[in-house]
Amino acid sequence: MRTEGCGGVCTDGRPAVRGARILAVLLALGAAPLAAHAQAHAHAHAQVTVMAPPAASASARPGVVVYAGLAEAVAAAAPGSTIRIAAGTYRGPTVEVRTPGLSIIGEGWPTLDGEGQRELLVVRADDVTVRGLRFVNTGVSHMQDRAALRVIESARCRILENRFRDALFAIYLQKSSGCEVRGNEIIGASRDETSNGNGIHLWYSPHTRVLDNRIRGQRDGIYFEFSRGSEARGNRSEGNRRYGLHFMFSDSCRYERNTFRANGAGVAVMYSKGVTMVGNGFLDAKGSAAYGLLLKEITDGALTGNRFAGNSTGLYLEGASRLSIADNDFVENGWAVRLMADAEDSRFVGNLFRGNGFDVATNSRTLRSSFDGNWWDAYRGYDLDRDGAGDVPHRPVRLFALVVEKHPEALILLRAPVSAVLDGAERVFPVLTPALADPRPLMRAPR
Amino acid sequence: MNALVLVLRAGVRDLARNRWLLAYAIVLGAIAESLFFFGGTGNQVLLSLLNATLLLVPLVALVFGTMHVYASREFVELLLAQPLPRRAVFAGLYLGLALPLAAAFVVGLGVPLALHAASSDAPWRALWYLACAGVLLTAAFAGIAMAIALRTDDRLRGMAVALGAWFVLTIGYDAAVLALVSAFGDWPLERPLLGLMLGNPVDVARVLVLTALDAAALLGYTGALFRRAFGTALGPVLAIAALMLWAVVPYLFARRRFLRRDF
Amino acid sequence: MISFDGLRKAYGARAVLDGVSLGLVPGRVTGLVGPNGSGKTTLIKLLLGLARADAGRILLAGAPTDEDGAYRARIGYAPQSPRFPENLAIGEIVAMLRALRPTATLDESLMDDFGLRAEWATPVGTLSGGWRQKVSLACAFLFRPDVLILDEPTAGLDPIAAGVFKQAVRHAREAGRTVLITSHILSELEELADDVAFLTDGRLRFAGPVSLLLEQTGMRRLEPAIAALLGGLRLATTGPGAMGAGRDARPA
Repeated sequence: MRTEGCGGVCTDGRPAVRGARILAVLLALGAAPLAAHAQAHAHAHAQVTVMAPPAASASARPGVVVYAGLAEAVAAAAPGSTIRIAAGTYRGPTVEVRTPGLSIIGEGWPTLDGEGQRELLVVRADDVTVRGLRFVNTGVSHMQDRAALRVIESARCRILENRFRDALFAIYLQKSSGCEVRGNEIIGASRDETSNGNGIHLWYSPHTRVLDNRIRGQRDGIYFEFSRGSEARGNRSEGNRRYGLHFMFSDSCRYERNTFRANGAGVAVMYSKGVTMVGNGFLDAKGSAAYGLLLKEITDGALTGNRFAGNSTGLYLEGASRLSIADNDFVENGWAVRLMADAEDSRFVGNLFRGNGFDVATNSRTLRSSFDGNWWDAYRGYDLDRDGAGDVPHRPVRLFALVVEKHPEALILLRAPVSAVLDGAERVFPVLTPALADPRPLMRAPR
Repeated sequence: MNALVLVLRAGVRDLARNRWLLAYAIVLGAIAESLFFFGGTGNQVLLSLLNATLLLVPLVALVFGTMHVYASREFVELLLAQPLPRRAVFAGLYLGLALPLAAAFVVGLGVPLALHAASSDAPWRALWYLACAGVLLTAAFAGIAMAIALRTDDRLRGMAVALGAWFVLTIGYDAAVLALVSAFGDWPLERPLLGLMLGNPVDVARVLVLTALDAAALLGYTGALFRRAFGTALGPVLAIAALMLWAVVPYLFARRRFLRRDF
Repeated sequence: MISFDGLRKAYGARAVLDGVSLGLVPGRVTGLVGPNGSGKTTLIKLLLGLARADAGRILLAGAPTDEDGAYRARIGYAPQSPRFPENLAIGEIVAMLRALRPTATLDESLMDDFGLRAEWATPVGTLSGGWRQKVSLACAFLFRPDVLILDEPTAGLDPIAAGVFKQAVRHAREAGRTVLITSHILSELEELADDVAFLTDGRLRFAGPVSLLLEQTGMRRLEPAIAALLGGLRLATTGPGAMGAGRDARPA
């Protein structure tokens, strides 16, 4: 990477960036906060490399080497070193990290600018930490999945608290395991799907922890493919053009307390086993092919304590089986739950259904999933034995929902009195709607 | 003072003290209040209010309106014996009926909503549409009531016609539409359906509120025409325009009858 | 003052008025009598423009009654069964009617004589039929109209109020007004009416001075005289084309 910063004089014809002077300084082992950091790495002889403006005091400090360029610093750093990058804008060829155990740490948000041309940082070594950098402007490529920060076949990387702007892909992990991606802020240019990439992209990267990131304006906010045993916690993925979370072929993953809001198509989780989703918010996915959460070919998963609100379809189950769906809130969705006929042996317990256009819709009369002890705002029964559960089963599939399922145009009669008449008639003579019923509907809302 | 204004003022003053109208406002208010009381969230309450509006507003406007016209017959004759043009008398009578009805609706719903506005995250756009829908429905059905009462001299028959009109417009019409959808499900029905919805003020009012309330549901499942109608500003604008037309057309019908008929 | 000329009016197939011509003269009270359904009220409604004649015309002071209704400023009308918006007070109704005819000079004597001011704030809905009748009559006399049309005016009035009313009619006659009264109570008409017009089945069977009717029927009271007419007694003056001439009433 080229250095700019010649005290206001440009050496290469580019405008100087104030303060963008780069030093590399070697510090002795054991220097206070950095040492602790370095010890966390596997290298016994962690060195610390600091890049900062050349100052008399800095060069005077023992063990500190000041480099004039990032690429040079990275190339020169011994395994386990820390490279500190001073504030400023850095333009130059893609930096490749091949030294294991390096920590690359920005101070005062130094900016790596791809000038619309290239990837910015590629990690090809284990145990690398990248923290506090600003990555901007990779530009769009239709030839490659251009990423601001790419990690290739490297274990235990830590990508912490960086900022990404206008990146095609922001963070791209391929065949890297055991990484941690935490506290990054990713704001894409919100281009349409074909010229947009994903915020956090995992490909064959198992056991990755994706924590507390904020992503918007990308194609998919978070993308997992072939990345088993990973987890995503506390992320906020909203306003992405396609999915807030797009997830395939990744068994035994866990999602907790993430918020997915107003993404073009919602969240899709497909072809995986043993997925656990707890306490997430699936919100405001609006559109004909948008789902708060689409589950396709998912087995043995658990959905617990999630909130589905304001979606065209809250939860869509296709080929999903043996799922435990408990204590979720379905509030003010068009369809709260749509179960396709091939969804088997899933149990809905303790969920809350309030203010949805339709609570449950299905394309089949025979359903092999069960509802037991959920709360339905549409329930009109009573509880004479006072055990907290209604004495009359609740049949959540409305006749009108079946009509709409068959003739979508009939939706124009939603909330018309005639639809209530239809449902009332069906309640008295249940012949058309599936036998699906909640035998013990809750009398009081659980939450 | 203008004859229209005088007749209108007399009507408003009379109905402002009418017990039935007071009861109407109280019932609406009680429905709204009870919905809040039983722990509804903003949207849920609104949906119930929508149902109440779609059923109650036409019913009350039709039944109360026809009764009012019959009860006012002698007074109307007295007014027509004064040196006033008939159209002024009619306009005054119509507004003297429609305005108090609309006011009862607005007050009945408005008071509980205002009381709870601070505590609930009320969906204001939908509420605003609901108010528009209720007021314009009142205007439409007050006109229909007048047309019925002015065409039918027999009170009992007039009341039967009014109730019939209520049933047809709130339920029968939609049932027919549903039958149509079922019968011709394989055909492209979006356009004719939108047309049919415009043909019934109750449907227009419902669709108007849905654009603010259930747009998610409507958007999620339907074709491009619906999406354009419900997902953009076009839908509400079109619906409000249609409701205004629906407020005017029965008025003109009733007026034509009023101007021509013998008393 | 008023002339009805060849009026025809049918409701459906039923002819309610079948060629009625009649003149009403200022300074005289005309009693319009006839059995129920004979067309009395219809005749009044045609005059007021409440209903439209199928044929014939009505002239008020020589001018045809037109659509804009301005001519009605000269008419005071008390309908057969007066009803007002129930929740309005008497005072409000009177104020409204006055506001509708802002230029008229007022005669509030009947209001005072009926004692309406004591009930000024009473809602009309709580009033008896007699009180409503008083309000209606007082309003009809209020504007000093040239023409008074009083449909069953004494129905429901107590004898004292009826006396007050009769006095008011006499004053109106003295003031040169044209008065038309329908009533079933012939003895009352006998007291008030100068002329009588008798309608059955939409046709005018007699029109002329009361004295002439008595003379022609050979009766001394109006009631048997009318009964005699009803009995099918045909009189020369009521033949087709000749009927309806109350002395100088018909315009040339």
